[in-house]
Amino acid sequence: MMDDSRARGGLLLEIRGLKIEARTSEGAWNEIVHGVDLDLHRGEILGLIGESGAGKSTIGLAAMGFAREGCRIAGGSIRFDGTDLATASEAVKRHLRGARIAYVAQSAAAAFNPAHRLIDQYAEGPIRHGVKSKAEAYADAKALYARMQLPTPNEIGFRYPHQVSGGQLQRAMTAMAMACRPDLIIFDEPTTALDVTTQIEVLASIKDIVRQFQTAAIYITHDLAVVAQMADRIKVLQYGREVEEAPAATMMASPREAYTRSLWAVRHMEKPLAPPPALDPVLSVQHVTAAYGQGVTVLDDVSVDLHRGRTVAVVGESGSGKSTLARVIAGLLPPGQGHVLIDGGPLSPTLAGRTREDRQRIQMIYQMADTALNPRQKIRDIIGRPMQFYLGLDRAAVTAKVGEMLEMIELPKAFADRYPGELSGGQKQRIGIARALAAEPEVVICDEVTSALDQLVAEGILKLLMRLQAEMKLSYLFITHELATVKAIADDVVVMRHGKVVDSGTKADVLFPPRKDYTRTLLNSVPEMDTRWLDRLLAAR
Amino acid sequence: MSERIEGAARAGVHPVVAMVARRLAIGFVTLFMVSLIIFFGVELLPGDFAAAVLGKSGTPETVAALRGRLGLDLPAHIRYLHWLGGMLQGDLGTSLSGDIRIADVLGGRLFNTFFLAAYAAVIAVPLAVSLGIVAALYRNSVLDRAINISTLGAISFPEFFVAYVLVLVFAIQLGWFPSFSQVSLDTPLGERLYVCLLPAVTLTMVTTAHMMRMTRAAIINVLSTPYIEMARLKGIAPWRVIVQHALPNALAPIINVIAVNIAYLIVGVVLVEVVFVYPGLGQLLVDSVSKRDLPVVQVASMIFAATYILLNLLADVLSIVSNPRLLHPR
Repeated sequence: MMDDSRARGGLLLEIRGLKIEARTSEGAWNEIVHGVDLDLHRGEILGLIGESGAGKSTIGLAAMGFAREGCRIAGGSIRFDGTDLATASEAVKRHLRGARIAYVAQSAAAAFNPAHRLIDQYAEGPIRHGVKSKAEAYADAKALYARMQLPTPNEIGFRYPHQVSGGQLQRAMTAMAMACRPDLIIFDEPTTALDVTTQIEVLASIKDIVRQFQTAAIYITHDLAVVAQMADRIKVLQYGREVEEAPAATMMASPREAYTRSLWAVRHMEKPLAPPPALDPVLSVQHVTAAYGQGVTVLDDVSVDLHRGRTVAVVGESGSGKSTLARVIAGLLPPGQGHVLIDGGPLSPTLAGRTREDRQRIQMIYQMADTALNPRQKIRDIIGRPMQFYLGLDRAAVTAKVGEMLEMIELPKAFADRYPGELSGGQKQRIGIARALAAEPEVVICDEVTSALDQLVAEGILKLLMRLQAEMKLSYLFITHELATVKAIADDVVVMRHGKVVDSGTKADVLFPPRKDYTRTLLNSVPEMDTRWLDRLLAAR
Repeated sequence: MSERIEGAARAGVHPVVAMVARRLAIGFVTLFMVSLIIFFGVELLPGDFAAAVLGKSGTPETVAALRGRLGLDLPAHIRYLHWLGGMLQGDLGTSLSGDIRIADVLGGRLFNTFFLAAYAAVIAVPLAVSLGIVAALYRNSVLDRAINISTLGAISFPEFFVAYVLVLVFAIQLGWFPSFSQVSLDTPLGERLYVCLLPAVTLTMVTTAHMMRMTRAAIINVLSTPYIEMARLKGIAPWRVIVQHALPNALAPIINVIAVNIAYLIVGVVLVEVVFVYPGLGQLLVDSVSKRDLPVVQVASMIFAATYILLNLLADVLSIVSNPRLLHPR
């Protein structure tokens, strides 16, 4: 495959010994990319893969001669078609950006300017680079929107970004990157923020258009299965260094390095112990209907049973109402109809109506540990507060128990005196878990707790949650959009869509094999570690 | 708020129309409350017009007769209703001194005040916004610091001091401009612009810093967003990134600060009017207070209040119109 791509064209991008530095809070320069080499031929797609902090986005931007605020290209050369972008003037680089090297950002919703219509943002590049007139650019935009399978391609460009869905925006952004027919496009996690069923469509249209115009691309992602569909070659990065590089099929079949193999292994996590039988419902949501204000119904006749010591996974795409369900159970949003029972007894619909004991029994772990922990409180106070409040422990007892908790979540006791800002993402999420468990709850609601984490870190968190469940007889209501996580940790599964329960039951009943069409669609949409998966899926349509 | 807007959208009214109607209604209610405060606040002022006019020659009988003729002997709430009723019918009442209809006194003064405010705004707003854009474009450079220091310096001096310095330099030493800005209703526009230049420059100097700094801060605040990075990665020139990509998303706070400053140009210029002996509303208000001519004070205060309310309403509407999310709902 590598030889094929060589045959397509000569060397387009040649990076040698790239070093990038970031300024620390003290003002010193700290090297974050340590001499990376990269070759890309015309019409070839290179996958850059690694966890956060691997430097993949930084390298991707450096391929445009661009460094984010607080970063600088400190060494090496970036030769793009004969021009060294590491030393070129701003004017030269500006001339290339958008015209010959284009960029597709992770969140199209954030990367489109909210003040301008899509088609004007499309036309801006060609007009400013003198490639097309406004009328030509408009006509071209409509043609590419059609090619990207956007609905009503002649009208959609005249909408503002907030009037278009996330998957459509991502396709409009890919079209925009194509506006000047560049030689190279940097795709920076273009489907990470999308639902699985949307992701497939976007991947398919990206792949199609890149082939159509023979555009070379650097495809940055942390998702192995996605990169397997898109790339000719894959380069694995860790901590700003290259781990290994190989043609995609070779890399998927036989990764050489231990780090690469560990990334591969995460996908095969299994629940270690058999769960207790489903005999004793600790939490029961009965026929709940809920809406925000007088707006549309977000939950429509939803019933979920959570049995003691078991994990029920509530799975669905964005807008399915799964987070609203968590808010109803937590008492943050009173339901319009229906009840929530705990241990068979009714629970007040509002937080104000619940006793301290009621609140103690249900605790929550949030998706964004970053924002869920008060940055001005020490870990000691974050974990200690629920112990004082719910359990009435005195200072000495709290100190002792905080130490125990930290040990339990596999962090050093010395962390008690740190602030959240001094911890990594995975460590912060462990603190979030400790805070929830400090109240000694019966039910823990986990709202997308691993979605913001790297795969290896997420695996650690899931293993910790499973161990604690076995030790403390906890019951989890686990909200997620990731089917891999569901397979790994769930005992029972509830599939939700548009505020309704599509299917519910034990994991085997609901998923293996799927009983409902929508469940099957969800399962089929999860990319597999096979370079031909996407092509096969599209061919089967 | 957003729920109401959605509700209006369902009812078939454009949300912006619904919003303007709602704000106007609130504005009227506010103005009504202000009228209460002004009328009864002025009532509390010590002193009596009849006694002040007749002075030492007034006997209790003549004072009482004058009070009766002017209607000052009626209870306060009756006089309030008379006054409010008159205002609603467009009758601003009669000045106590000289029996002139207030509308006649006010007309010219009001025009002069609005003229000077508009004159200063036409200079100050474009200047402040341009300086803000330049400061944001070359942020943390020497140019940025120079702009900051000079505008902040100008605002740090009291406005009468700035006015006297300008008079000293440009009127007395250089002799380019008159030191008094005396105008009447039939002064031709060219001459009006000429004699009002010094007060307009004074007002520009005291308002520019505020608007410039808000423009700079609002733009810089937007510069860290992904869509600005995207614009840069599309190879758009830096000044175009600022003007076309950052500024439209920074308008709301800038518009609000401009509105507050224009309101200040209308209601807060007494000192400048006094220095330049300019026949504006502020002078009239000060004169009327010293003469205890309460009806004029009340009407002038109402005009000032209405100015503030209307300009803030305008700022809100413009902020919403500048936001496509509200102007073009899903």
